[in-house]
Amino acid sequence: MSSKLERLSSSLQNILGAKVRSVVVDRGEVTLEVAAADYLAAAQMLRDHRDLRFEELIDLTGLDYSAYGNGAWTGKRFAVAVHLLSITHNWRIRLRAFADDDAFPVFESLVGVWAGVNWYEREAFDLYGIMFAGHPDLRRILTDYGFVGHPFRKDFPVSGYVEMRYDPEQGRVVYQPVTIEPRENTPRIVREENYGDVGNG
Amino acid sequence: MAEIRNYTINFGPQHPSAHGVLRLVLELDGEVVVRADPHIGLLHRGTEKLAETRTWVQSVPYMDRLDYVSMMCNEHAYCMAIERLLGLEVPIRAQYIRVMFDEITRILNHLLGIGTHALDIGAMTMVLYTFREREDLMDAYEAVSGARMHAAYYRPGGVYRDLPDRMPQYAVNKFKNANTVRELNENRQGSLLDFLEDFTQRFGGYCDDYETLLTDNRIWKQRTVGIGVVTPEQAKAWGFTGPMLRGSGVAWDLRKKQPYEVYDRVDFDIPIGKNGDCYDRYLCRMEEMRQSNRIVKQCIDWLRKNPGPVIADNYKVAPPPRERMKGNMEELIHHFKLFTEGMHVPSGEVYAAIEHPKGEFGVYAVSDGANKPYRLKLRAPGFAHLAAMDEIARGHMIADVVAIIGTMDVVFGEIDR
Repeated sequence: MSSKLERLSSSLQNILGAKVRSVVVDRGEVTLEVAAADYLAAAQMLRDHRDLRFEELIDLTGLDYSAYGNGAWTGKRFAVAVHLLSITHNWRIRLRAFADDDAFPVFESLVGVWAGVNWYEREAFDLYGIMFAGHPDLRRILTDYGFVGHPFRKDFPVSGYVEMRYDPEQGRVVYQPVTIEPRENTPRIVREENYGDVGNG
Repeated sequence: MAEIRNYTINFGPQHPSAHGVLRLVLELDGEVVVRADPHIGLLHRGTEKLAETRTWVQSVPYMDRLDYVSMMCNEHAYCMAIERLLGLEVPIRAQYIRVMFDEITRILNHLLGIGTHALDIGAMTMVLYTFREREDLMDAYEAVSGARMHAAYYRPGGVYRDLPDRMPQYAVNKFKNANTVRELNENRQGSLLDFLEDFTQRFGGYCDDYETLLTDNRIWKQRTVGIGVVTPEQAKAWGFTGPMLRGSGVAWDLRKKQPYEVYDRVDFDIPIGKNGDCYDRYLCRMEEMRQSNRIVKQCIDWLRKNPGPVIADNYKVAPPPRERMKGNMEELIHHFKLFTEGMHVPSGEVYAAIEHPKGEFGVYAVSDGANKPYRLKLRAPGFAHLAAMDEIARGHMIADVVAIIGTMDVVFGEIDR
């Protein structure tokens, strides 16, 4: 571990204190995990503390862990991962929090901390159905107007539920249940650890 | 007095200056924009979901189709993410080839960006010139990968094959006679590197031509100076990267600050703007093209002198050479396993970012040890830029919205994913 990452992870422990669930340094990247209740407060401190200064939010994404390791996952289902960048200190961090309720995942919105998070939260809502309390305009963003469901959840089929075609009799576009069969050309396989002995695996 | 009401218009999705499929709902007070609400997702193909159902290598061609004007840069970020997960070392020659093609891609992207930006706000000529130069660079893409745009040239562990020794030639047809063809083929007699060297020598002059057309052009300045001003604080809060951030005067470039591949071995400068308006961003892009040209020259020099392997020799990840596969049982098995089951990437997560021509393009890959990604999140620079459309465009005239879309250099392949 380089000295810079060591400095970052120790100052994270010092500054955030009890809010830290874990700090993991892996492959040159720092992952900070906090509880959903501390998520907004931790974000605020990450931006404002002068030893951290994460002034840019690079990315926010939802995650659905329900099929992780072909069903070996026992923890909570939904998480958000936020990638932050500090221009002042030239370092990055990944902030992750798991939602407490699998049936209704909800987080506090970060819009007040980084204005640019607006669309990322809309995207996470659209694709995963994760709610962001305090978001000013939580509409769908990438999917069609009137889309039903959250397509990136692992239980949503890749081919979807409905398809669209032009109906010459009605003279308009209509929705109907999908007619194509989902197929998998290459099966998904999880091998044992160190399978094939590639690199640092 | 008559009652004055704001009215709402739809800009796009079929508008030529919407750069693809942007539906922009504009609320206007006369000609002044009160609110701009971009509706995106008309080109949403679910690339990230599709990638979860394909093996790691099968998703490389999807990356070309994200930002379809800077194809190889997208592949680069994706391959880098896989290599970091694997802890795989890329041969030095492959790193130079990647840097060279990243910079070629940067020139390609900025040529299109500046050309169409000028076209949108009334300078018809620019796009004709910039597309002429794009043609040469597309030929370089074709020579190296067989495809003019969707190259799929970068692979985890290196690049697909070494640079070719000869360039494809034009042939006589009913539109081109022997004389024309001879002229066209004149700089294609040597290898790809000879062709590119010839291009880099010409390109400085082309940039001067573009500057004569635009930099001091009165109309161009009237349309861009003071339009779409972004302060450094705003740029950071909105998550801007690339020329959109540097145009506001923030000296931030991943190639310098967090160097990847061999960017720490090549010599180049980073231009930054002062006022954060459309004009400054245009100047930044112009200078970036000249700097990219410099980098390409240095890479050509190095690549001429240093032959070597261009892909890792770990056959669990990269396919063995064909000759060996044909004559050797073990290599045959590796080849078969690699193209049926695919490689297994150790579990973990990684975020790999590169300085894409438009900003920071990042790939967040989560693996659970399977032969397919568990989650692949693509961080597109244009997404963050377009998200700030409402705040940037507010208070501007409706014609300036076109200038702002142009300066953001949006491409919907990457925004909608």
